[in-house]
Amino acid sequence: MNQQQDDHWLVRPDSIRLLWRIFWAILALTVVLQVVIKVKGYFGVDGWIGFGAAFGFLSCVAMVVFAKGLGYVLKRDDNYYREEDDHG
Amino acid sequence: MVEFLPPALILIAAAFLIGPTRGVVRDVIVLGAPLLTLWAIWQVPNGVVTTVPFLDYVIEPVEGSELRRWFATIFGIMTFVGGLYAYRQAKWYELAAAFAYAAGAIGVCFAGDLITLFLFWEFMALFSTVIVWSGGTPAARAAGIRYAIMHLLGGIILKVGIEGVVIHTGSIDIQPMLATNFDTWLILIGILINAAAPPVSAWLADAYPEASPTGSVFLSAYTTKTAVIALILLFPGEPILIGVGLYMIMYGIIYALLENDARRILAYSIVNQVGFMVCAVGIGTQMALNGAAAHAFAHIIYKALLFMSAGVVLYRTGKSKCTDLGGLFRTMPITTVCGIIGALSISSFPLTSGFTTKTMISTAATDEGMMLVYFLLTAASAGVFLHAGIKFPWFVFFQKDSGLRPKDAPWNMSAAMIIFSVLCIFMGVYPESFYGYLPYAVDYEAYSAGKVLFYLQLLLFSGLAFFLLLPMMKRTLTISLDFDWFWRVFLYRFGKLVVDAGTEFRDVFMWRWQSVSAVYMDRLRRYFGQWGMDNKRGMFASAWPIGTTALWIAVLLSTYIVVHYL
Repeated sequence: MNQQQDDHWLVRPDSIRLLWRIFWAILALTVVLQVVIKVKGYFGVDGWIGFGAAFGFLSCVAMVVFAKGLGYVLKRDDNYYREEDDHG
Repeated sequence: MVEFLPPALILIAAAFLIGPTRGVVRDVIVLGAPLLTLWAIWQVPNGVVTTVPFLDYVIEPVEGSELRRWFATIFGIMTFVGGLYAYRQAKWYELAAAFAYAAGAIGVCFAGDLITLFLFWEFMALFSTVIVWSGGTPAARAAGIRYAIMHLLGGIILKVGIEGVVIHTGSIDIQPMLATNFDTWLILIGILINAAAPPVSAWLADAYPEASPTGSVFLSAYTTKTAVIALILLFPGEPILIGVGLYMIMYGIIYALLENDARRILAYSIVNQVGFMVCAVGIGTQMALNGAAAHAFAHIIYKALLFMSAGVVLYRTGKSKCTDLGGLFRTMPITTVCGIIGALSISSFPLTSGFTTKTMISTAATDEGMMLVYFLLTAASAGVFLHAGIKFPWFVFFQKDSGLRPKDAPWNMSAAMIIFSVLCIFMGVYPESFYGYLPYAVDYEAYSAGKVLFYLQLLLFSGLAFFLLLPMMKRTLTISLDFDWFWRVFLYRFGKLVVDAGTEFRDVFMWRWQSVSAVYMDRLRRYFGQWGMDNKRGMFASAWPIGTTALWIAVLLSTYIVVHYL
């Protein structure tokens, strides 16, 4: 279906691989640049090399894992409240 | 002394005129009235300029200050661009309600006393409910009723608090206070309900996504940010707000991560963003209050922009669930680019308005040596990029190919989105342009190479986390329970239990009563009525012959005489 449109360069496996490579390169660059550009640490640790990177990555992982865990308790079917209203 | 009429009156007049007018005249009103209002806002000088005697009080409908004009200005800009976005698609009553709602918000900004503040506060509650109802679906009707109950309740709490303060201090002035007694606590709670603070945050994500594509754009702007200016005016430096704000920040991220509906993701992220402002008001230094005000301004723009792009998608496809969407970038380039600019701004990416405003709040935390607050705010900035900055555009415009090939936005919607996108970037690139208008003098350098690098690391590695954890974030057709479960389900079930028990009791009682009363009715009928097959009259119901009556009277009288003389 829509062969031509699925060939949009953004969705081609080649271009996705290329984008990933560029992304990794930029990520590495932001950390390496810290050797040259001094990041002012307000509380000491936040001035360490790669602190922003590690902190951002780890806090996101923590939040996703926490949300996932909470989801097991709190997630309900889309129609949960509608069914409550109908039969509840 | 009436030197100056409240600028809000212009929008109220416009709201009245939107209904009866048609065509070009209405378009001129919708687009012209907000501009006229903006002009009026900038004519308001500092200090109390209008006083009106009311009962035993002197109320002050118009009081100007940098802070008040700042918030009124963004509400005015929002009304203009929102009007542009909506005027060809929205129903007339939704537009009229939106203008009255905006008038309420601007009225609160200039309210010099608590009575005026309360009146405009309720004005907002009423007309925002109408906007939710304008969604037109049964779900919108139900959500609108829940929304109205919550806000009327909040209004009552606020009013009781205001009356307490007026009675105990004798002053209706708006002045900084702390939540130290019952009255001030009630005022704080009343305001925080409008800010979507816990435990009632759920009203926001419940109601806003049920409004129409245009309605939710208006809703995203006024109520919560009016609560922010009220907090800045009344509770600067109230320490409890730091904790409340941090909770809202984390709540918004976690719930947005779990959510499937695109507009509900954005609604949760309003709670998250308002959390930053509430936290800043809690810190309470000049830098923090400047940060709260600046962030509110920037937030209204990029949040409306995000709701606009989600609105266009809903308007064109009729869908807003991530599970139904994806791959729309092919045919909706303008909406996609504007949505991404909004997403980058909310994530406080360098060169966007989020960066030049939100970082003021973090800096305020470091200035006060609040290490924990600073690290939580920083983690939250990463989380914002995760839940709104990437998640929203990714699942709506990229992700999989949903097969949908909708047209891009109508011209007026595109124009509105482009105006806000340009503003997002302009505020990010030229922060000096607006720092001068903030409530306090700004001594803040938005950009330094180290800070930009730190934020780039933080945000880009959050992006990495997003794409690596993508399998864990597969969208499901689900909603997430919130505190509102207690009143939507628990209280409902409990109430039903009480009603059912009552019905049962009544049935048993009535059955008993009927059998008992039947026996007595039968007896009564025997003596006082007609009964039996031949309709025989009872002893006290039948007509007695005169002779018998006379005889009985004689017997009674003689008995009486005998008893008397014994």
